[in-house]
Amino acid sequence: MQTSAPTTAHSSMAHNRNPTLIELKNIRLAYSQEHHDTPILDDINLQLDADDFVCLLGPSGCGKSSLLNILAGFQTPTAGEVMIDSQPHTGPSAKVGVVFQHHNLFPWMTIAKNIEFGLKMKGVEKSERKKLVSDYLNLVGLESSAHLLPYQLSGGMKQRAAIARTLATDPQAILMDEPFSALDALTRENMQAHLLELWQKTKKCIFFITHDVEEALLLGRRILVMHANPGRMVVDLQNPLSSYRQSIQELKHLKEFHDLRSYLISAIRNKEVNSPRLGWLR
Amino acid sequence: MGPRSTYKKHVLARGVSFISVAFILMIWTVSTHFKWVDPVFLPSPQSVWQTFLELLREGYKGISLSSHILDSLYRLFIALILALFTAVPLGIFCGISKYVLAFFDPIIEFYRPLPPLAYYALLVLWLGIDDRSKVALLFLSAFAPLFLATVASVQRVPQDRINAARSLGATKPKVLLYIILPSCLPDIITGLRTAIGVTYATLVAAEMVAATSGIGWMVLDASKYLRSDIVFVGIILMGGIAILMDSLIRLYQHLQFSWVGKQDS
Ligand SMILES: Nc1ncnc2c1ncn2[C@@H]1O[C@H](COP(=O)(O)OP(=O)(O)OP(=O)(O)O)[C@@H](O)[C@H]1O
Ligand SMILES: [Mg+2]
Repeated sequence: MQTSAPTTAHSSMAHNRNPTLIELKNIRLAYSQEHHDTPILDDINLQLDADDFVCLLGPSGCGKSSLLNILAGFQTPTAGEVMIDSQPHTGPSAKVGVVFQHHNLFPWMTIAKNIEFGLKMKGVEKSERKKLVSDYLNLVGLESSAHLLPYQLSGGMKQRAAIARTLATDPQAILMDEPFSALDALTRENMQAHLLELWQKTKKCIFFITHDVEEALLLGRRILVMHANPGRMVVDLQNPLSSYRQSIQELKHLKEFHDLRSYLISAIRNKEVNSPRLGWLR
Repeated sequence: MGPRSTYKKHVLARGVSFISVAFILMIWTVSTHFKWVDPVFLPSPQSVWQTFLELLREGYKGISLSSHILDSLYRLFIALILALFTAVPLGIFCGISKYVLAFFDPIIEFYRPLPPLAYYALLVLWLGIDDRSKVALLFLSAFAPLFLATVASVQRVPQDRINAARSLGATKPKVLLYIILPSCLPDIITGLRTAIGVTYATLVAAEMVAATSGIGWMVLDASKYLRSDIVFVGIILMGGIAILMDSLIRLYQHLQFSWVGKQDS
């Protein structure tokens, strides 16, 4: 790590950690172009706990999506390995769910069928599937849209359906690549609250890419910042705000929120910064 | 614009099409009524109708009119079904693997632009003059458009959609069956419409070269005796059947693929 992370990061890390679920070991990624290789990711080492909510920030093009694709198994790294539950993870599987920036629902399937798809692939009994589908439709508030096709839904509804579809297969980890960035501010706030509530209920490992510092602060228990050329981790911070269970609106008025926000913004911009004073945490 | 006014426009467009047909019928009636054209070249609508009723009653050359039509359609459907069950799977594999495509591409690219009648003689030589050579010819003309539509469609399936299915636990064969095939189905059906058009044209040509039944054969045979009324009945029937088949497929597309072309779907 290059930038000195705030001291609070380490103190709050002292709480009893859950077992590691995902481990990235010396991940490198390079795309070969013409005569030379362009390094995209350089020696990424990372451990995600089974109940972590990790937000990844970084400038555009620094390799966030590339890292997610490696985690998901869509992309094979040039070097290094991904371990899930101490098993090498070499291809996509239902263990790791993915929510994309574009909802990626199957356009010919109704919302209910979309949510059912993963269960069908798993070989879940038909009656059981029905029950689970209605549970997850309820969870994201789409009961009344079960029999509509994706194009008949609004952007926010589609994104909720996509989240329900991923959750229904009960993955151990959920990777999200800027899932709310295409939504309007109000819908986004709703979705953030929704997701936070979900995570508090299920305590699944969530790996969440965003370019929105506030979003990272509101959601993440742990916040990572990447720099580009080649992509590498520069900040790994336990978010002190995450233990403050307040509404998102209230959180935004805290002074600490603003301190952390400007700290992260300068960290993304690659400036030498002083750690915010967060003495109040201890 | 609301759905109501779109519907209104739809009805209006239908009305315009109707006027166009009525206009042609009118010119036809008037020009034959006043004998502007020799009835040998252009029979009157009434005589064409009379001939049609007569053909319905007595058939043509000992074979009923419906048998002629069914003979033709039978050849067409056997060929189309064979083409569907070969061109689509092969197209899917070629769309997935560029090596498989590289293997089949030269073969298909070579025969595709050939006029079917050019190799029909060979097919007749190999398979005989009966239905087998005709079905083979029709199969070949249906195969290429279906194959090409399938390949192009598979190549356009978004990688993210495949990735989504994989991370929902779908194995590769299941991705093929549950994701790639349905993704491509609308394009395959469009390819089928093209294939039917091409095959239909070939069918009539094939029956004109070597046959003893079929609607195409009836038209050619009648023209030898200058029976232009029978020729007209044949042509109108052929056109009508083609329009009927195409409308049925379009209706199916409309009902089944409402999601196609919808923004952000
Ligand atoms: N298939 C590819 N071939 C070559 N280079 C690629 C490929 N995919 C991505 N890259 C490069 O990898 C780098 C990282 O891309 P990536 O999509 O991971 O960035 P990102 O951090 O997700 O950016 P954003 O915030 O804009 O989504 C970029 O410089 C991009 O040009
Ligand atoms: Mg990205």
